[in-house]
Amino acid sequence: MQLLVNGEHVHFEEGKTLAGLLRQLGYSGETFAVALNGDFVPRTTYEKTSLTAGDNLDIVAPVVGG
Amino acid sequence: MHDKLKLYGKAFDSRLLVGTALYPSPAIMRESIAASGSEIITLSLRRQSPGQQQGKMIWDYIRKSGCQLLPNTAGCKTPKEVIALAEMSREIFGTDWLKLEVIGDDYNLQPDPFGLIEAARELVKRGFKVLPYCTDDLVVCRKLLDVGCEVLMPWGSPIGTGRGLMNKYNLQTLRERLPDTPLIIDAGIGAPSQACEAMEMGFDAVLLNTAIARAQNPVLMAESFRQAVASGRAARNAGLMLKRQTASPSTPTLDMPFWQQTVSSGEGL
Repeated sequence: MQLLVNGEHVHFEEGKTLAGLLRQLGYSGETFAVALNGDFVPRTTYEKTSLTAGDNLDIVAPVVGG
Repeated sequence: MHDKLKLYGKAFDSRLLVGTALYPSPAIMRESIAASGSEIITLSLRRQSPGQQQGKMIWDYIRKSGCQLLPNTAGCKTPKEVIALAEMSREIFGTDWLKLEVIGDDYNLQPDPFGLIEAARELVKRGFKVLPYCTDDLVVCRKLLDVGCEVLMPWGSPIGTGRGLMNKYNLQTLRERLPDTPLIIDAGIGAPSQACEAMEMGFDAVLLNTAIARAQNPVLMAESFRQAVASGRAARNAGLMLKRQTASPSTPTLDMPFWQQTVSSGEGL
């Protein structure tokens, strides 16, 4: 199935969780956070958050800011 | 003299808050922040792919700096965007503090007062310590206090313009009408003299970024802002003289030499 991750199309196996997607994409550590379809997803729920085709994910990390 | 800045139950010696953006290099950013003496620094979150390491380097430094982190919601235009970004910030940075920005106009980055109040209400319910970047409108500021903000950050002028305190009447009104609320001038400060003026007017602190980061020598400018803010605060505490329309000599006039009482030589004496 197709997902949108940070605005780009990503192919991902159906029926797998957000934790699986993050592993597939290479995210590790705790310096990122996730929103699914515009809503925050707590880190503790990655394993039980299932994804469906067309889901829109934002994965963010610290940057400079004013 | 104990003259601490108190925000949400925490006390700070420095009354200058600085941003981390726009510096020529991470090293200059670090030196500048140190020279500013600031204990509260702003930062943000953006989309990032796993391979990008730039954010990690900056985060590693900021984490070690010991400063209070103030994540912003820059770029957000709706309360929904703000809430999601705020929650992500709290998870990553481990702080409830939030510089709330809801932008209502792309041209001058003017805060959207309606979105600001709606977002602040929800964030306070969720346990955030909200520092809203707002306009200098007294009624908007009052409503932000009503929904639970304990600190307000009215703009001096639009972000990045360096125009200083644009509407002193409104700012003075805020200071006089909200005497017990910590008020931080956020945005638009371009020169140390402007920061000093804000402090002389009685504002509790100043938040800025571009004026230091875009200076030819950011480290020296950071030091200059540190002195200006401290000087303005001291002046406020000392009590400024009242302005007068007419001159008043500072040197005593009594016993001035060369002075002779004019003797009238008129007839009849």
